[in-house]
Amino acid sequence: MKPLDLFVEGIGLWSPQFADFAALRARLNGDAPVAPAAPTAALLPANERRRAPESVRLAVEVAGQALAMSGRDPATLACVFASAHGDQAITDAICSTLARAPAELSPTRFHHSVHNAPAGYWTIATGCRAPSSAVCAGARSFAAALLEASAQALAEQRPVLLACSDIAGHGPLLEMTGCDRPFGCALLLAPEAGATTLARLRLELPADHASSTPPPATLADAAVGNPAAAALPLLALLAGAGGRCRLELATALDLLIAVEPAA
Amino acid sequence: MTTPMRPLAVSACTVSSALGSGLQTQHDALRHGRGGLRPNDFGSAPRLGWVGRVNGVETTALPPALAGWDCRNNRLAWLGLQQDGFLDRVHAARTRYGARRVALLLGTSTASIGATEEAYRRLDADGRFPADLRRPALHAPDSLSAFAAAALALEGPCLTVSTACSSSAKVFASAARLIELDLADAAVVGGVDSLCDNVLFGFNALELISPAACRPFDAARDGISIGEAAGFALLERIDAAPRAPRLLGYGEASDAWHMSSPHPEGHGAELALDAALARAGIGAAQVGYVNLHGTASRQNDAMEAALLARRFPATTRASSTKGFTGHTLGAAGIVEATIALQAIEHGFVPGNLGAATPDPACGPQFAWQNETRRVDVALSNSFGFGGNNACLVFGRSP
Repeated sequence: MKPLDLFVEGIGLWSPQFADFAALRARLNGDAPVAPAAPTAALLPANERRRAPESVRLAVEVAGQALAMSGRDPATLACVFASAHGDQAITDAICSTLARAPAELSPTRFHHSVHNAPAGYWTIATGCRAPSSAVCAGARSFAAALLEASAQALAEQRPVLLACSDIAGHGPLLEMTGCDRPFGCALLLAPEAGATTLARLRLELPADHASSTPPPATLADAAVGNPAAAALPLLALLAGAGGRCRLELATALDLLIAVEPAA
Repeated sequence: MTTPMRPLAVSACTVSSALGSGLQTQHDALRHGRGGLRPNDFGSAPRLGWVGRVNGVETTALPPALAGWDCRNNRLAWLGLQQDGFLDRVHAARTRYGARRVALLLGTSTASIGATEEAYRRLDADGRFPADLRRPALHAPDSLSAFAAAALALEGPCLTVSTACSSSAKVFASAARLIELDLADAAVVGGVDSLCDNVLFGFNALELISPAACRPFDAARDGISIGEAAGFALLERIDAAPRAPRLLGYGEASDAWHMSSPHPEGHGAELALDAALARAGIGAAQVGYVNLHGTASRQNDAMEAALLARRFPATTRASSTKGFTGHTLGAAGIVEATIALQAIEHGFVPGNLGAATPDPACGPQFAWQNETRRVDVALSNSFGFGGNNACLVFGRSP
């Protein structure tokens, strides 16, 4: 394969440690952490924001941050939303209801339970009629979604918004998911360099298989308890001087990413 | 602007649904107008509507090496993989290209949530999952692809697309992009969805389930019948299978309208159609058969009938086959892709089972009864919650 070259125009981030990508950069520069407020998901109209489940608000928050950085028009922007577990809180609630009184299942909760609820809310809120998708690949969800979004950006020569997020689970399901804290991130990827380019990414599928790159030690506390946090090694390179990281993509297959910040 | 794509060979495919297991069984059922729906005999009371249930799922056993993956959805996937020599074709592709060069892209809406539901019904005294269901990989939305990767010993890019009822159509698009960029030499695509309480009671709560067998495009249609199915296809470059039918184009779009009802004028569906035709490099007049999404919900069918009437000539034939299979949700895209491929292979357009009194809004394109005619190009429409639309174009090899 030829390496895939593409360009980052926006970066979104929200976790209990980081309100946005600037907060990650500040932490890497040694600043004391500031606990962020809950994700605001400002792109959602106020009534939708109230109705939207937490998984949607987190995904829309990070997607909105990346979009704002890029200055792109969301109405024509393809998007890929990834989540390893979907909305664990809704799954827990639905399965509890089904076990107790199945006929009482809430229709709103049911349509919020689809894996593409964040994509649906996003496209409705932004008037987006471009392709939208919702994907998952367990612990490899971020890497697999990055490849999916990058392939779409390059094969179709269009910018693509990638958001990867999981909320904290609770209830009996939590023991299975092991995902006990929220984390979300987003990248606005473009096939060509432009005025808002932040960095160039070069993606390769190397012939060998090795351990994923660990995050910098200063991010170790943020890199656990959520599959979407697998993005942190890449986010750290984007926040710093660039470099290379390796993320597990599939059984015995890695994604090797070289990051070169824009001058 | 969407530009034409390089076509891909659909070098193998298979399907298992309420019509039975394997392509020949499906074709026979369609040919004889023999639908697979029956009064709901699945899951918890009360009995909701009719279902398209696959016979033999309960008695299908996973091989010992895969026993940890056992659940209804993975059994159905395994049953589906045994048909039409599909496993042999995947093994041959793996040998030819290498395990890391065969991508695996599957669609599902609920994956194995049936197993999670069961765990919640049988929580132990401490409120934990029962010991036999403490298998984390089963209780995740990517369980289907993870199981299939293990079952097929594939090591290429692996992804689950879960965009509700367009899921297993969109995987064809993802596969086309990976092969185009040389990230893979072949891709196994498809999807599986199995009956579970979540969808039966969920669609019931949305008042979308018909009390009887669904009647797509009937004037008095009153909702969907939920089905289950497994289907798979192998996509390769044309030089690997020059005589195989082809994926000529795909289109994807969003409605930007509503979480659980389609845009009333079908804007998103039409954008997906336009993109699919543009990638195939053809006009609507060249389309011989359209397998419609046709769920038998009032809104979907009204939107889709209007789209068909305004975009296709009277010579194009169209039908929904959900009266045969029920709405197999995340598996609907692959099931109906195999029907579109069979229309090309057999020169046969399946009739729109279930519509006794066709909706007057339906145009002359509708095939209410079976028709025998050459089909060179066939389309399949798939639309999902969240306003997610996909359209696939298949064609005969020249």
